[in-house]
Amino acid sequence: MARPTSAADAAGLGRGRAVAFVLPALVLIGVFLLFPALWTVYLGLTDYRLTGLAAADPQVVGLDNYTTALADPRFLSSLWLTLLYVGGSAVVGQAGLGFALAWILRSRTGPLRRIVEGAVLLSWILPSTVVGMLWFALLDRDDGTLNALLHTPGFAWLLDYPLLSIIVFNVWRGTAFSMMLYSAALENVPPSHLETARLAGASVPQQLRDVVLPTIRRHVLTNLLLISLWTFNDFTPFVLTGGGPEGRSEILPVYVYRVALQDGQLGVGAAISFLILLINLVFALAYLRLLRGRRRTPEAAAAGGPPA
Amino acid sequence: MRLPSRPALVAAAAVLALTSCGSGTQSGGSITLTITANSIEGGKNSESAAWIKKWVIPEFEKTHQNVKVLFQGNGVDDEQYKTKIALDLKSRTGADVIDLDGIWVGEFAQAGYIKPLTEVGGAGVEQWEGWSQIPQAVQGLGIFDGKKYGLPQGTDGRVLFYNKALFRKAGLPETWQPTSWQQIIDAGVKLKAAGVPTPVQIDAGTAMGEATTMQGVLPLLAGAGSEIYASGKWAGASQAVKDVLGFYQQIYGGSGLGDPKLQQEAKGRDKSFAQFAAGKIAILAESDYFWRSVIEPKAGVAPMPDRDQVVGYAKIPARQPGGGIRGQDFVSMSGGAVRVLNPFSKNPKLAWELLAFMHSAAATKSQLAGQARISSRTDVNEEVLTADPMLKYVADEVLPVTAYRPGLAVYPQVSTALQEATAAVVGGKSADEAAAAYQGRLEGLVGGAANVGG
Repeated sequence: MARPTSAADAAGLGRGRAVAFVLPALVLIGVFLLFPALWTVYLGLTDYRLTGLAAADPQVVGLDNYTTALADPRFLSSLWLTLLYVGGSAVVGQAGLGFALAWILRSRTGPLRRIVEGAVLLSWILPSTVVGMLWFALLDRDDGTLNALLHTPGFAWLLDYPLLSIIVFNVWRGTAFSMMLYSAALENVPPSHLETARLAGASVPQQLRDVVLPTIRRHVLTNLLLISLWTFNDFTPFVLTGGGPEGRSEILPVYVYRVALQDGQLGVGAAISFLILLINLVFALAYLRLLRGRRRTPEAAAAGGPPA
Repeated sequence: MRLPSRPALVAAAAVLALTSCGSGTQSGGSITLTITANSIEGGKNSESAAWIKKWVIPEFEKTHQNVKVLFQGNGVDDEQYKTKIALDLKSRTGADVIDLDGIWVGEFAQAGYIKPLTEVGGAGVEQWEGWSQIPQAVQGLGIFDGKKYGLPQGTDGRVLFYNKALFRKAGLPETWQPTSWQQIIDAGVKLKAAGVPTPVQIDAGTAMGEATTMQGVLPLLAGAGSEIYASGKWAGASQAVKDVLGFYQQIYGGSGLGDPKLQQEAKGRDKSFAQFAAGKIAILAESDYFWRSVIEPKAGVAPMPDRDQVVGYAKIPARQPGGGIRGQDFVSMSGGAVRVLNPFSKNPKLAWELLAFMHSAAATKSQLAGQARISSRTDVNEEVLTADPMLKYVADEVLPVTAYRPGLAVYPQVSTALQEATAAVVGGKSADEAAAAYQGRLEGLVGGAANVGG
C-alpha cells in the first residue's frame, strides 16, 4: 500500500475509507443522542401527557411549556437548589476532599493508604440504590443509626436539613473519582520542583499555589467539568428524600421526574429537560474555554522566549 | 484470517436450523398469560398476591392445558405503580390482566391505553354470569363514558380507627363514636395529656399522595357539606374547603395532636401504620384496607396480634351533626380497584377467560377466605359478610353514607392541588392562605374560574 500520506491524511486512508470508518459511530450518535435530543425539543412544544386525552392526541402549544416552566417558582427554586447541590457537593466537597486525600496520601505507602483508598472506592462502586437505602437507614428519624450514635432520638436529619443531607451524601459517594484523578495528576508534579520550593522556604499553601496548581490545572478543570455535569444530572438523592419535604431537596432531575412522570406532564417535562441540556452546555463550554485558554498560554510562552 | 473449513460451516448451520426448529414447536404449543397487580408476597397486599399464585394460577391452568399463567408482583406506592403501568401500555406491552385503581380508568381510557372489555375480550363479555351479581354502583368503578372497561374487585369505606388501650389510659370510653370534629379534637387533647405521642393522624401533604386526599381531605370535605365536584363545578376556596384546612391546622399547627414531620417524610404513610401498630398513634383515619391488610394479625405489613381486642372503629363525623353532604351526620369516601384487559394482549380472548375466572363466585370466595373484604359480588357478600364484624360494619353503616370520587381525567391533578394545600398548612401557612393558593392552582387546572365553585 504505497498511498502517499500527507499532514491532513496521516493514516493514508483516503476520504472514502475514512468516512466508512467513522460512519458507524456517527450513526450511533445520531440515533441515540441527536435524535432523542431533537425529539425532546419537539415534545417540549406540545401538551403531550402520560394519560388522558392529550396522551392520545397531543397538540402543539408553542412555547407555552417554556413560559410555564420559567414562571414556575418551583422550577426556579429547584434550579437554585441544584446549583447549591453541585457547588456544595461536587465543586467544594468532592473536588476539595478528593484533592486533600490525594495530597495527604501522595507519599504514603502501606496499609493506611490501601485502607483509605479501599474505603473511598467502595462507596463509589456500590450500586446507587443500595447506597441510597444505606444512607436512608443511617439518617432515618425513628430508627436511624446516626441518631442512635449521637443519642439524638427523633432528630429528623432528612426533614430539617434535606439539602445538607444530600450534599454530604454525595460528597461521600463521589469523592473517589476526584481522589484518583488527583493522585494520578500529582505524580506529574516533578518532586524536584517541590523540593526546590521547600528549600526556598515556601509554605505548603505557597507550594500548592505556585508549584502544584499550575502543573495540574488541566486535570483540575477536567475533573470539575466531569463531576459538575454528573452531579447536575444526579437522580440518587431521590432515594433519600424523594425530593421532599415539600420540594426542599428537589433538584432538577427529581423535579423533571415529578413533573413528567408523577404529574404525567410529559410535554412540560421535555421542555424542562431541554432547559437542563442548555444549562449543561453552558457549563461544558465554560470549562472547555478555560481548558483551551490554558493550552495556548504555555505554547505562547514557549514561542515567545528561550526556555528558562 | 483463515476461513473455517467447509464441513464445520455446514455443521454449524445444521445445528442452528435444528435448534430454531425445536424452540419453534415449543412456543407454538403453549401460551403465556401474565397478571400484574400492586401486591407482592410478604409485602404490600400480600394476601392478594398469595391468592393469585396459590389459587388462581393453579386452578386456571388445571382447566386450560397448554396455558401458563405468570404473576408479576409489585410493592410500591400507588403513584409509582400507575406510572409503570401507563408506560407499559404506552409502549404496547405489559401484562394481559392488569390491576388498576378505579379512579384511573378515565384517564387511561382517554389515552387509548385501555379499551372497553367487549372490544378486547369479544362477545363473551356481555354474556358473563357475573354482571347480574355486581351492584350498579360498584360496576361504576370500571365504567367510563358509559362503557365497561374493567371488572370491579370490590369496594371499601373510610372510618376512624382508634386504639382502645390508649383510650382507656386517657379515661375515654372504649366504645367511641364522635359526632363532631370538635369531639375528635377533644379526645386528642385528653390522649395527649395522658402521654400518647401522636393522638391523631389525618393524612396530609404531598408525600402521602392520594392517601392524603382520600383518607383526609375528601371525607372531611364531605363532612363540611361539600363534594369536590358537583354540578359541573370544582370546589374552590369555599368555606367548606377553608373549614377542612382549618381542621388540619388545629391538628398540625402547634397543638401537638398530630406529627407534622410524619406528613413530610418520604415513607410517612408506612411509618404511620407502624406507629399505630406500636401504640404511638391513637386515632387514624383509613379505609378498611388498614384493617384487612395492614394490622391484620398474621399477614399484615404492620401486624397487631391483638387487633380484634384493641382496635376500635368509628364513623367519620360531619363537622357538626347534620352538617355533612345530603344533611348527613356521618360521612365516608369509597373507591375500589378494578381489573382490566390489556388491549395489546396477544391472546385477548383467553385473557378475558382468565379475568372472568378471577371474578367468578368460586374465585371471590377463595380470595375472601380468612380475609375481611367487601367483594363486588352480592352472592358472595351475603355468604361471607357475617364472618367479620368490621366488614359488616362497613357494609351496613358506612357504605350507605359514602361518596365516590369524580371519574374525570383531571381529577388526579386536582387531588395533587388539594395535597399541596394541606402541605402548606402543615408547613405553617394559615388556612386562608393555603385556600387562596389552592384556588389559583385549581383555576389553572380545570380551565378557568368558570369551572370553579365558590
